[in-house]
Amino acid sequence: MSEAPLLEVTDLVKHFPIKSGVFIDREVARVRAVDGVSFTLHEGETLGLVGESGCGKSTVCRAILQLVTPTSGSVRFAGQEMVGRSPRELRPLRREIQMIFQDPFASLNPRKRVGQIIGDPLELHGVARGAELKRRVQELLERVGLQAEHYNRYPHEFSGGQRQRIGIARAIGLRPKLIIADEPVSALDVSVQAQIINLLDELQREFSMAYLFVAHDLGVVRHVSDRVAVMYLGKIVEQADADSVYRQPRHPYTNALLSAVPIPDPRRNAARQRITLSGDVPSPIDPPSGCRFHTRCPRADDICRNTEPALLDTGSGHAVACHRPH
Amino acid sequence: MTPMLSVRDLRVSFATDDGVVRAVDGVSFDVDTGEVVAIVGESGCGKSVTAQTLIGLTRSPNATISGSVMFDGRDLNTLPDNELRTLRGARIAMVFQDPMTSLNPVYRVGDQIAEAIRAHRSVPKAQALRHAVELLESVGIPNPQRRVRDYPHEFSGGMRQRVMIAMALALEPEVLIADEPTTALDVTIQAQILDLLRTLNSERDVSVVLITHDLGVVAELANRVVVMYAGQVVEQASVDALFAQPRHPYTRGLLASIPRLDSPRSDRLPQIPGSPPSLLTPPDGCRFAARCGSVFADCVKPPPLVAHSRDATHLDRCWATGVSA
Repeated sequence: MSEAPLLEVTDLVKHFPIKSGVFIDREVARVRAVDGVSFTLHEGETLGLVGESGCGKSTVCRAILQLVTPTSGSVRFAGQEMVGRSPRELRPLRREIQMIFQDPFASLNPRKRVGQIIGDPLELHGVARGAELKRRVQELLERVGLQAEHYNRYPHEFSGGQRQRIGIARAIGLRPKLIIADEPVSALDVSVQAQIINLLDELQREFSMAYLFVAHDLGVVRHVSDRVAVMYLGKIVEQADADSVYRQPRHPYTNALLSAVPIPDPRRNAARQRITLSGDVPSPIDPPSGCRFHTRCPRADDICRNTEPALLDTGSGHAVACHRPH
Repeated sequence: MTPMLSVRDLRVSFATDDGVVRAVDGVSFDVDTGEVVAIVGESGCGKSVTAQTLIGLTRSPNATISGSVMFDGRDLNTLPDNELRTLRGARIAMVFQDPMTSLNPVYRVGDQIAEAIRAHRSVPKAQALRHAVELLESVGIPNPQRRVRDYPHEFSGGMRQRVMIAMALALEPEVLIADEPTTALDVTIQAQILDLLRTLNSERDVSVVLITHDLGVVAELANRVVVMYAGQVVEQASVDALFAQPRHPYTRGLLASIPRLDSPRSDRLPQIPGSPPSLLTPPDGCRFAARCGSVFADCVKPPPLVAHSRDATHLDRCWATGVSA
């Protein structure tokens, strides 16, 4: 892909200060939620971002949209820098980037009717109003598999899967170029999860949107992604096209993650070689020296304890941050 | 051999403002000594209500419970509360889904375990605390001497779930009911907890009733599987038979709709259309018919749960498998 990327994130850093003190807040420590993340996303492409709780994947989403102000680094969307812009300057860019949230129960205002939830962004950006607005919203409802009659209902009248469809209708209304989906199917049952994944897939083809798809379920990420980035403690440890990450994981963490996923087949499970990581993820307040994964890594040695590995391309776009890759 | 736990025609319904919800509608299964039986299904299928009813946790003024739960020659469903209390925790223990809310935040972890022990056995507190240290060690918590004095918030999610398991094992129960024990955990931590449960099951011969929505977890841990849909058992089989030859269209649909790591990537995920029926007014016939791809005339009648092949332990609730078998 030679054309300019749609989204270019470079050295993105977000530290949250921990303050203490009676009269004057002193910063006593900082949570290094995102600590130097870079990636690009092209038009119509899906980048899957995986990692465990607390690895910083949701903070990356928020920092891209400037919902939290990045500590440093750059986010360029369609060639325009987003970091440091005022809310007024950001508004036209936000029309092009929409977000789908994890929890369909918390991300819809319970006091608003469905028509208003989906219609508000269209009205705010001056796309449509009045009868035209209603017609557009009803079209959107039907497009995501709901009915036009649902226009006057409230969110509590819908199931989790249907609510997620409402959230999707709200996100695609402005025909964005990029959708940031933060765990869009993790709160759903398996059978409903498949419906929503298929819907997102169809919409992507129809409107040629790019997706930044954040999830902890490695099976889901493999299914939807063209490329995959694996995060651990605020950093990307491996990045490549989806097939090579899953077929030939190079980073020991990716390897362990993949081997930890239970496969719904008792015979294959029994035959599989397992790597069980010991211990928990260290605190992002005081991340380990050198490679952040060395405390849990079965391959770690002296260099891993002392020197931080850079994310380097090992050929054909497969990048890995490891001194002792597979 | 009589089974450790034998559930027959269990029915639980709750009176609500909207009407009577028939959460569990005629569930029967056995759990043998040292066996892991998984109850699998989606939200609202009645799997958790089934598990909680086994030890009387659903007893309340608005609940109607019928059927029997036989354990050691007694029917737990008709046992008075005080007698049930002597069994619960001691001989049948439970591990809950959410390790964040199932421990008391204002008591030290060791004290909570010791309290559970002293509720059933008259031992001095110091001895109960020593036992708590051993238990924490046995579930793989580092530095147990120091950790017994910590509060729940000082533990991570995976470690809290280990504390819950330690507490459940304190009185060496014969049956452990684990309600979504790994759902709140990350995959690498889930793998640790599954390893722990497997070890406990094989070393101590504890029978486990595992409630989960994750068929991967079922394949890892279970010997036998009960698949529930809309309050009923729709299929029941050994773990090998269920995954090799799923019979009920719901089981097959569920298995197909998981994006798996061990099979080639498909363009489109097979999906089950629609959503489960309301348990206020479940359909008269087959409860899955509205979402099923192979419906025919018989499906308006309620199908029985029967064996349709030579394997008498493989039961399913579908008219179509009866015709084709």
